[in-house]
Amino acid sequence: MLKVSQVRKVFNEGTVNEKIALQRIDLHLAPGDFVTVIGSNGAGKSTLMNVISGGIIPDQGQITIDGKEVTKLGEHQRASLIGRVFQDPTAGTAPNMTIEENLAIALGRGAGRRFALGVNKQKRELFREQLRLLDQGLEDRLKTKVGFLSGGQRQALSLLMATFTKPKILLLDEHTAALDPKRAQLIVDLTEKVVEQNKLTTLMVTHNMEQALNMGNRLLMLHNGTIILDIPQEQKKQMSTQDLLRAFEQARGGEAFAEDRYILT
Amino acid sequence: MGFAFNGAIEQGLLFAIMALGVYLTFRILNFPDMTVDGSFALGGALAAKLIIEGTNPLLATLLAMVAGAVAGIFTGVLSTKGKINGLLAGILTMIALYSINLRIMEQANLPLLREDTLYTMVKGWELPDLAIAGTTLLSGEALVFLLLVAVVIALVVWFLHTDFGLDLRATGDNPTMIRSFGANTDGTTIMGLAIANAMVAASGSLVAQYQGFADVGMGIGMIVIGLASVIVGEVLFGSSTILRAAIAVVLGSVVYRLVIMLALQAGLEASDMKLITAVIVIIALTLPNVLKGVWKKTTQTKGGGTHA
Repeated sequence: MLKVSQVRKVFNEGTVNEKIALQRIDLHLAPGDFVTVIGSNGAGKSTLMNVISGGIIPDQGQITIDGKEVTKLGEHQRASLIGRVFQDPTAGTAPNMTIEENLAIALGRGAGRRFALGVNKQKRELFREQLRLLDQGLEDRLKTKVGFLSGGQRQALSLLMATFTKPKILLLDEHTAALDPKRAQLIVDLTEKVVEQNKLTTLMVTHNMEQALNMGNRLLMLHNGTIILDIPQEQKKQMSTQDLLRAFEQARGGEAFAEDRYILT
Repeated sequence: MGFAFNGAIEQGLLFAIMALGVYLTFRILNFPDMTVDGSFALGGALAAKLIIEGTNPLLATLLAMVAGAVAGIFTGVLSTKGKINGLLAGILTMIALYSINLRIMEQANLPLLREDTLYTMVKGWELPDLAIAGTTLLSGEALVFLLLVAVVIALVVWFLHTDFGLDLRATGDNPTMIRSFGANTDGTTIMGLAIANAMVAASGSLVAQYQGFADVGMGIGMIVIGLASVIVGEVLFGSSTILRAAIAVVLGSVVYRLVIMLALQAGLEASDMKLITAVIVIIALTLPNVLKGVWKKTTQTKGGGTHA
């Protein structure tokens, strides 16, 4: 479903600030794969997400989604294939527009933009039905501006919007990191439900090792722009966070996993 | 008084179309578009020139709108494709248009005396004034303007609720998000600027026909007048929905003209009006904050300092 081959990205090449964000990434996701990605700051997680979404064009290599080569396509040109939820709950929704208007935009993804009313009776019914699944009481607040919602509610809405049109790839970019533990758990449950229901091929970056182990069917660890660990489902199921830390040390030849954020959460 | 009052209403309604254009860029697109000063005069200049050369005034107005749209597209391309800061892109177009407008007019001022214009046409209908108990509230002409503005509001509000309009609003509200949903924000920005400046040019051409001349300086300070209308309207009449905000902008434009009329009647010179305009904008921008108790908050942070 998603094929990343030999992708390399260097920022500020040839200057003192040169930073190799992705060394040479090869990654292949089968349809329905749900892959979690961990790695310390600067490991290349965000860059990987961005080369897939089109926010960054790689220096070398190829990216294909569902058999279609998208390497050089702009973000909006490949948007019909990709759904994305960002870390910042304010990033995935338009705050000064109503819930129904936000959903109408999500529903229009990939479709041609038309001069017809964005929200009509029929769509409103569909929105209500879908919002009910979120269990946030949003189905009765279609005309509320999204800016009035809590972070958790906005993230739930973002998730619904990202998956509304069943994208080929769902990118989750630390999408529970900015929420308190209770809300984060709610979004985790919702994510599993939505991915399961729609059989979405998913790539999820997380800062939470437990999340990375418990969710999905495969785990990747990035370090200095390369995939240093690729753990399949059977092995992942039996691992604890301690095992994961040890595996990292082994892969790095003794270097300890130095990122408080992971160890403390 | 009655005559001046009527004039203020009529002007307020004609300038309201320009103010709605400014609302579209400043508020909806979140783009500080300075093109307005140039495209307003462009609308007036081109319409006047075409009318003098014998073009049908309606066609002349429509062509002025097309020219305004082109000016908006130019600013949009400079900003999105040329990566020039939006503020500067607008200023560049504005300054370029000053010369272009002089080229169009071939002189600094084009009188429309004895020409058939849309305004003389409306005058010719000899519509009855709207009067209650002998006092004229609205002239017959003002009623026509009101109807025109109502149609413009309806179109703007409808447009902003279409699929494309939603994309446009999201471009101003959260460009990252709307890109991830497949909208080309460069395209929506350029389109928004084109529509806004077409409206501004329409307003410019109508004002030229109304006042009976086009002047190369007629657009100077127009952006501030537009902003004054938007901000005064929002402060006084609210902006909770698009419809409400659009009506508020029109009323803001009328209020602005009434304030100017009062200032003139109080003995201020016409040359003082730019100063009055700036003062109105400053008051409208600061007053809501003052009323919300900015003073109180400032003293609190002094004592506590824990608001980080």
